[in-house]
Amino acid sequence: MYAFRYQTASSAADAASRLAAHEDAKLLAGGQTMIASMKLRLASPSDLIDLAGAADLHGITVDAKGVTLGAMSRHAEVARSADVQKAIPVLAKLAGGIGDRMVRNMGTMGGSVANNDPAADYPAAVLGLNATVNTTTCSIAADDFFLGMYETALQPGEIITSISFPIAKRAAYMKFKNPASRYAMVGVLVAQLADGSVRVAVTGAGPVVFRVAAMEKALEASFTPAAVASIKVPAEGLNSDIHAQADYRAHLITVMAKRAVEAALA
Amino acid sequence: MATPYIGVPIQRREDLRFLTGAGNYTDDLTLPHQTYAVFVRSPHAHARIRSVRTEAAARCAGVVGIFTGEDVAAAKINGLPCGWLIHGTDGQPMKEPPHPILAQGKVRHVGDPVAVVIAETLAQARDAAERVAVDYDVLPAVVDSVQALKTGAPLVHDDVAANRCYTWSIGDKAATDAVFTHAAHVTTLEFQNNRLIPNPIEPRAVNASYSRADDHYTLYVSNQNPHVERLLMGAFVLGLPEHKVRVVAPDVGGGFGSKIYLYAEDVVLTWASKKVNRPIKWTAERSESFLTDAHGRDHHTRAQLALDRDGRFLALRVDTKANMGAYLSTFASAVPTILYATLLAGQYATPLIHCEVTAVFTNTAPVDAYRGAGRPEATYVVERIVEAAAREMKIDPAALRRRNFIRSFPYQTPVALLYDTGDYDATLDRAIEMADVAGFPARRAEAARRGKLRGLGYSCYIEACGIAPSSVAGSLGARAGLFEAGEVRVHPTGKVTVFTGSHAHGQGHETTFAQVVADRLGIPMDDVEIVHGDTSKVLFGMGTYGSRSLAVGGTAIVKALDKVIAKGRKIAAHLLEAAEADIEFTDGQFRVAGTDRSKAFAEIALTAYVPHNFPHDKLEPGLNENAFYDPSNFTFPAGTYICEVEVDPDTGIVRVERFVAVDDFGNIINPMIVEGQVHGGLVQGLGQAMNECGIYDSGSGQLTTGTFLDYCMPRADDMPSFQVDTRSTPCTHNPLGVKGCGEAGAIGSPPALMNALTDALGVADFAMPATPQRVWATLQAAQRKQAA
Ligand SMILES: Cc1cc2nc3c(=O)[nH]c(=O)nc-3n(C[C@H](O)[C@H](O)[C@H](O)COP(=O)(O)OP(=O)(O)OC[C@H]3O[C@@H](n4cnc5c(N)ncnc54)[C@H](O)[C@@H]3O)c2cc1C
Repeated sequence: MYAFRYQTASSAADAASRLAAHEDAKLLAGGQTMIASMKLRLASPSDLIDLAGAADLHGITVDAKGVTLGAMSRHAEVARSADVQKAIPVLAKLAGGIGDRMVRNMGTMGGSVANNDPAADYPAAVLGLNATVNTTTCSIAADDFFLGMYETALQPGEIITSISFPIAKRAAYMKFKNPASRYAMVGVLVAQLADGSVRVAVTGAGPVVFRVAAMEKALEASFTPAAVASIKVPAEGLNSDIHAQADYRAHLITVMAKRAVEAALA
Repeated sequence: MATPYIGVPIQRREDLRFLTGAGNYTDDLTLPHQTYAVFVRSPHAHARIRSVRTEAAARCAGVVGIFTGEDVAAAKINGLPCGWLIHGTDGQPMKEPPHPILAQGKVRHVGDPVAVVIAETLAQARDAAERVAVDYDVLPAVVDSVQALKTGAPLVHDDVAANRCYTWSIGDKAATDAVFTHAAHVTTLEFQNNRLIPNPIEPRAVNASYSRADDHYTLYVSNQNPHVERLLMGAFVLGLPEHKVRVVAPDVGGGFGSKIYLYAEDVVLTWASKKVNRPIKWTAERSESFLTDAHGRDHHTRAQLALDRDGRFLALRVDTKANMGAYLSTFASAVPTILYATLLAGQYATPLIHCEVTAVFTNTAPVDAYRGAGRPEATYVVERIVEAAAREMKIDPAALRRRNFIRSFPYQTPVALLYDTGDYDATLDRAIEMADVAGFPARRAEAARRGKLRGLGYSCYIEACGIAPSSVAGSLGARAGLFEAGEVRVHPTGKVTVFTGSHAHGQGHETTFAQVVADRLGIPMDDVEIVHGDTSKVLFGMGTYGSRSLAVGGTAIVKALDKVIAKGRKIAAHLLEAAEADIEFTDGQFRVAGTDRSKAFAEIALTAYVPHNFPHDKLEPGLNENAFYDPSNFTFPAGTYICEVEVDPDTGIVRVERFVAVDDFGNIINPMIVEGQVHGGLVQGLGQAMNECGIYDSGSGQLTTGTFLDYCMPRADDMPSFQVDTRSTPCTHNPLGVKGCGEAGAIGSPPALMNALTDALGVADFAMPATPQRVWATLQAAQRKQAA
């Protein structure tokens, strides 16, 4: 780790102005990615602005339309929230399947979504549930948010304040864990939204979370496991590594999608 | 009757400190005026060093010293020694290229240390280390043992032709080959035994200091055998006499073999501590552990088993290419030879065995003993090929094994070992019963209805532990003896401190050994303390590895205890005015046989230290004895493991549904500790079979699996709930009748799992580890074959 200045922000606006004040300042949420990359000397911020004390970034609100998670919602908080479990059970379950207990106690929804790791779980929920990302400057639809590997629509200095997830009719998330890291090697979130439309969001398999239009169409016609069982996703463009070649990932997308539909119907 | 201590599942006394954060590990120690070291390491697998420039680094804040390979050469410091000299089939000694403590001229694997930077703080040392400028001329690298032997392969050491360290063999080649020309059946397998990266929880750590006051070095190091460390470092590398060097291995958070060895960092810090006249600390980061701890396994093997029509084994021949890595680590050369080929008889009366082993240098981290060391590799060969033969010949795999079991002891194998005792039917019978093998077809059918593939596999392993009779080891090339030492210090009040040359790094010796002492002396266990791991306290020691601690170290303690009792008997005879021959010692009482006249152990101890009424003409005062024990043979733990797996063909996920382990460890002192050792060994073995694989990129020589993101350590939820039991044929040649239990699980379990998996998949062979992707790809290939 290189030396840096530690600052605490009292609100989202305070964080934004502190961020603007230094060229090499970075935000600190749960630190589960940030601290590790600083320890490895891969990141060397001049200033680290801790969001833990920004009250307006905390909190979970649930109403008839949906769930809004403050950016600083810890994975463990979301997992054990009775309100979230009731309103959008898939969200609680997804959060409860991230990393291990220590990671869930520290890691935050906002940090995860801002970081946009290709193997992270939350992006599948944001995209699959058609959520809206609220920031210090605007609101961004899920379809417009995830641009590429570790790349989002966030502008420099823009901070995620919360994310609103509309209530779905039914949804389920199936995660095939990378055997070593336990991140998503392939994670598929299938949701039938309130208006009856279907979303299938895939994380872990490609450079960035993506939707599978063919599956969505088939499920809109018939929301059954059989509807997706024979839909194959092309292997081109998918990730290949020692844990899974692209063809295996492509195959797993179909298997996980089918199982997600089964689970959503259960 | 005194409280019984033998065979009792007493809770480990060391766990209170381990589980409550009160352990005292090397990194916990901070000495006054402490400095910190950071190593500059090679980012390349193979390169010539054009220059190492340290001027900019030296100007950094807080720097206390910087040393490079040139400084080491100028100081005439020797390379790291290899403790075992193997002579090849051609009669020539193995190639022992220099293993400098800081690279000289060339780097030979990623992580090879090039320079060390010592500074006031760790952060300053890191900052300065980044400014050491090394100019490399990158060379092509070779990481695989088979590739490295090919003509034209890059040479790891310029003067080692074909990268061949040695080619060694055992057994009668001509007679073995002759059998294969006419055998009714021959089974052939060729496979890779995957490379493993040990990863103990506590990384290696060193804290070295030098005292000008008495010209004395103190080295704290996370190590499994401090006396051997002192001997190797002092006598072979730095030229320091033993009495000027103290080595302490305090609490050690796991070793599994990887902390047996003398590492470059230990020597560099010890030497540099005098140069900078400050204590220096270095604790490996996890990334450094991956790159520089000695790895395990990495054999490429082709094996053939010849059988007669009835399935009787006629001959086994094995050819192995063993990857040594870039340099010979401390015991590297012994692992694929003495600890491997000698185990190829397994539990079977195979009359002829021939094994040829070629040890090969590659641009990878050194490979050395890792839990099991050679014996897992041997067991894998034997138990995979026996299972494959059974399937090919359509003989029940358990029946085929029984047909070939050794049943009369002692048994001389054709590969040097003399098995003293065993009962292989007993462990197989019990395992079959516990695993409900009879119910397997029904379970398989039920799984099939759910679309799952179920398989069952056996492994009947044997291992040679209690390493080793020094004379045998010496004749096989060991450059050290392999005895153990113990000392029993009885205090005036009858309390006892026992010093052992064995070292505990998770095994629970402080409990097991105390049970042995309390039982032998008939005193409460609370009156006994076990001390280990400090050359200034313990008289000598060869350390802990090869499941030798209780069989060898424990026996040394028993011998010292018997000397204490013998002296006590003399003192008691004097006090009780009886003949020494009439004094019996039971339950902590010295008694005149057939009377109620007795003296308690503590009274005798007090008399020894307050010798007012004492046979001064015959005895010295005091009660303190030591003993050295050199075993007359190895011990031979053996057993049967049965594994049942279920495969999800849609995903390739393998679940171990049942795992039964029935072991024969001879007599058992603490069954709970033994069970824990078995569990740990099984997890390591199943980890090798299902999860772990050290992979180097064949082009760049970079370690692909250099972090836990890619190197898959087994986790609790990968494992089944183990069903374990024991059967016992006590060892015939040590007084405790014990054999050792530390490695069995890691030795016996990989073939059990792979036998179950190949049964489930209906394939002849499968390369470890059985990761989901590889299982899925195998099923896809099988499907394509069927379709074609
Ligand atoms: C061992 C381990 C296992 C893990 N397993 C999983 C897993 O299985 N699945 C999974 O999805 N994740 C996993 N993670 C990641 C973890 O869950 C966190 O979500 C992730 O590390 C980022 O969240 P954080 O709160 O820790 O962010 P930080 O590390 O603090 O920050 C990450 C990045 O986001 C920026 N940032 C933080 N908050 C905001 C904000 N509000 N607005 C804009 N930018 C912001 C930071 O500046 C930084 O660049 C794992 C992590 C570890 C260490």
